[in-house]
Amino acid sequence: MSVLSFFTWCENSSLAEAIRQSRWLFPAIESVHLLGLAVIGGAVLVLNLRLLGLGIKRQPAAQLWRDTRPWLLGSLAVMLISGGLLFTSEAVKLYYHEAFWVKMISLLLATVFTFTVLRKVALADPSHVRPLWCKAAATASILLWSMVGIGGRWIGFS
Amino acid sequence: MSLLGFCQWLENTPASIALHESIWGYPVIESVHVLTLCVFLGLTLMFDLRLLGVTLVRTPVSEVAGRLMPWIIAGFVVMVTTGALLFFAIPVKTYLNIFFRLKVAFLLMAGANVAIFQRTIWRSMNQWDLASVPPLRARLAGGVSLALWAAIVVAGRMIAYNWFDKTS
Repeated sequence: MSVLSFFTWCENSSLAEAIRQSRWLFPAIESVHLLGLAVIGGAVLVLNLRLLGLGIKRQPAAQLWRDTRPWLLGSLAVMLISGGLLFTSEAVKLYYHEAFWVKMISLLLATVFTFTVLRKVALADPSHVRPLWCKAAATASILLWSMVGIGGRWIGFS
Repeated sequence: MSLLGFCQWLENTPASIALHESIWGYPVIESVHVLTLCVFLGLTLMFDLRLLGVTLVRTPVSEVAGRLMPWIIAGFVVMVTTGALLFFAIPVKTYLNIFFRLKVAFLLMAGANVAIFQRTIWRSMNQWDLASVPPLRARLAGGVSLALWAAIVVAGRMIAYNWFDKTS
């Protein structure tokens, strides 16, 4: 099955139909998506500001990684579910929208980067990681997550 | 001059018309408003969650507040500025929008919540600074803040819909 036929199948599903028929379902799901955005932003920033030396300073980065991880994972789950529902309701339109693909690729890169490179830098013994590496990883993480957000906002302009 | 009269006057100023009709200006301001949510609200929520004792429990409350507050304040300034510009571009319709009015009401309540918090339980913060779960009144302030900000986000999103607009 091609990607486009999968997207078409999504859009023709009864779930997608229900979201399109409802007056308030789409804005309600969008609101949940926005609330998830705030939580993801907070969790990502608390850790990255620490790595940049611009936020909470006296706690080890490893501790902040462990403290924020459940909120990051939880909000990611909320985003994927609410985003998935928004996607189904207009899947074919999104297939032809470049912003959607920019967002999906950024999301994949940001997630993989966070749970590999950033995780490693955050959990590493501070005496073995150069501060410059911490700052580079945090900057890359913020840029990648920003791309996801900007891509998402861009989807709205069509 | 009534509030509506003021909005009508505002709507006819050349700057308001220019912003309303701009191709890039309005969408860029709107995008900045939405994406600054991550900084302002994201960090505010992390502080609220610390007050509730559900995250950053080993970090003193004073450190969470002190180190995050500059970012929260900077984010707030961007939110208020871009928000005011969005209102300025479409004053009358926004003023008549029920969700806008709800948002303003919730914002005032969130402000009152902060003011009460600062004048009461925050004064004794040095006694519970290191507590993983702060006292009830601090948790209450955090919980009320979370609920109000969620309502503010939902109301803000709904301003785009004119379902229950009042007629002028």
